[in-house]
Amino acid sequence: MKKSIALTLLIAGALGAAASAHADPRARFMAANCAYCHGPDGHSRGAVPSLAGLEAKYFVDQMKAFRDGSRPATVMQKHAMGYTEAEYEALGKWFESHK
Amino acid sequence: MTIDRREFLKVSAGAAGAVTLSGLAGCATTSVAGGKAKVIVVGAGFGGSTFARYMKMWSPETEVTVIEPLGQFVSCPFSNTVLAGTNKMEDITMPYDYIKKVVDNWVTDTVTAIDNEKRTVTTAGGKTLAYDRLVLAGGIELLFDKVQGYDAEAQKTIKHAWKASPDQTGVLRKQLEAMPDGGTFVMSVPMSPYRCPPGPYERACQVATYFKKAKPKSKIIVLDGNPDIASKKGLFLAAWKKHYGYGTPDSMIDYRPNNMPRAVDAKKMTVGTEFDDVKGDVINVVPPMRAATVCGLAGVRNGNNGSWCAIDYLTFESKEVPNVHILGDSALTNFPKSGSVANNTGKMCAYAMSEMFAGRQPDPSPVVTNTCYSAGSDSVAFHVATVFRWDPEKKALVPPKGANGVSKEESELEMAYMESWAKNVWADTLGLPENYNYTAKG
Ligand SMILES: Cc1cc2nc3c(=O)[nH]c(=O)nc-3n(C[C@H](O)[C@H](O)[C@H](O)COP(=O)(O)OP(=O)(O)OC[C@H]3O[C@@H](n4cnc5c(N)ncnc54)[C@H](O)[C@@H]3O)c2cc1C
Repeated sequence: MKKSIALTLLIAGALGAAASAHADPRARFMAANCAYCHGPDGHSRGAVPSLAGLEAKYFVDQMKAFRDGSRPATVMQKHAMGYTEAEYEALGKWFESHK
Repeated sequence: MTIDRREFLKVSAGAAGAVTLSGLAGCATTSVAGGKAKVIVVGAGFGGSTFARYMKMWSPETEVTVIEPLGQFVSCPFSNTVLAGTNKMEDITMPYDYIKKVVDNWVTDTVTAIDNEKRTVTTAGGKTLAYDRLVLAGGIELLFDKVQGYDAEAQKTIKHAWKASPDQTGVLRKQLEAMPDGGTFVMSVPMSPYRCPPGPYERACQVATYFKKAKPKSKIIVLDGNPDIASKKGLFLAAWKKHYGYGTPDSMIDYRPNNMPRAVDAKKMTVGTEFDDVKGDVINVVPPMRAATVCGLAGVRNGNNGSWCAIDYLTFESKEVPNVHILGDSALTNFPKSGSVANNTGKMCAYAMSEMFAGRQPDPSPVVTNTCYSAGSDSVAFHVATVFRWDPEKKALVPPKGANGVSKEESELEMAYMESWAKNVWADTLGLPENYNYTAKG
């Protein structure tokens, strides 16, 4: 019993370390897709809003609102249609954790 | 030790059971086994600089060397606003200082030879450098000899301004300034596919916006090799009508489709098409183009009748030569040849390569995007935006339903976004700091 818990912890620890070492490279790459308009790491240099530090839930809600048209947009409806809801979540998490 | 690299790739790929990604799986293993992987990037434009910056971010242990002859970055995006007089050459010129600090080696030189077997590149300055992976991001080669009379002498007078530089964009602006009111500006649109599909039509708008203010009796003749406006057609026609009288007898713009420039005469100041010789006070002919010369050196210009470079969409690796990746305008893809795409696919290649170097498979279903603004006047702009996703059946990146389209109409808001886009894409490509002092305006 004890042994198996220790083993589980060991494995979880190793996985955790591995995961944080290359924390979701796909989310990181997709977040970088946004940079040419929203700035490197989500820090905009112009009129387009920054994404860095946004709350994940707010980010996801906005993407859904762009997709269904309830938030008016210029380019964003097209971009929202190009990603899945799971990807909105992954992107939201990434921007939330990068201030 | 006796096993050669190619054989090793086949073996390890077979073991991994990856058929389509065979070369890649193997390479990830070899690079790690061989210690620090060496990547050489040829060309520090939108594709090459972005790749180099992100590769160092996502695979810091990889040694990245950039080879680029130019001392500064001059942006093609926004260069049409220099023709309008809204911006000056210095406003679209940015330093390489920041990106230089990010990479391991920066070589100010031109690549003149590539040895695919030895995996080395040689420069005009006589340096020979070895790589594990080579990234070719040299942009485009302009084919002057496809236009009769467009020789070195004629090129002193007739500018293409399709690679922004003081000698091209800067001189063309001076020619427009020197042109008398009532003069004629003759410009051309190359046959698709070419760098920046909306660029020529935007150029007509930007020169017209200058003429409207400074030389209102002047005319613009657009000689288009294509049968119709190749990009954002409805939006350009609306802008031409609204701002420059298009469709009326007083139209400033005279648009002529199916008029491929076949000859130029810099003394008589004419452009010859199949139909007639068109006389201009200022002539701006963009010759046909193909993937950069450096792609020819590597033998990767294998697609579209030897014009562009066929690539594997998941890695941007050449379909012809292993370990050579092609970015930006040189690649044969279904994406528009834009700075946004060069920037975004630069990251995609860095993502795939950093995964491979870490011993993993590249993402089998990547997402890339294009967002491209055009200025209809000195105060309004409009866009095309597309998301491309991997489609396993088509084996290509294609837009899902609804993820592709253009503006409903031009707007001042989009001009503000266009200016913002430029500052952000320059920052993202060149690693400019947040307090960088931009002077360009939309
Ligand atoms: C008028 C105009 C307007 C445009 N407007 C827009 C716009 O609004 N939005 C947009 O997204 N795109 C726009 N574009 C398109 C954009 O400029 C290109 O798509 C983009 O520059 C392509 O990037 P690249 O990295 O392939 O090539 P480039 O940016 O041209 O970079 C190539 C680099 O390679 C170097 N090089 C070449 N050969 C060698 C060699 N042998 N050795 C070493 N270095 C070498 C060159 O010096 C150069 O620096 C516009 C283009 C034009 C002409």
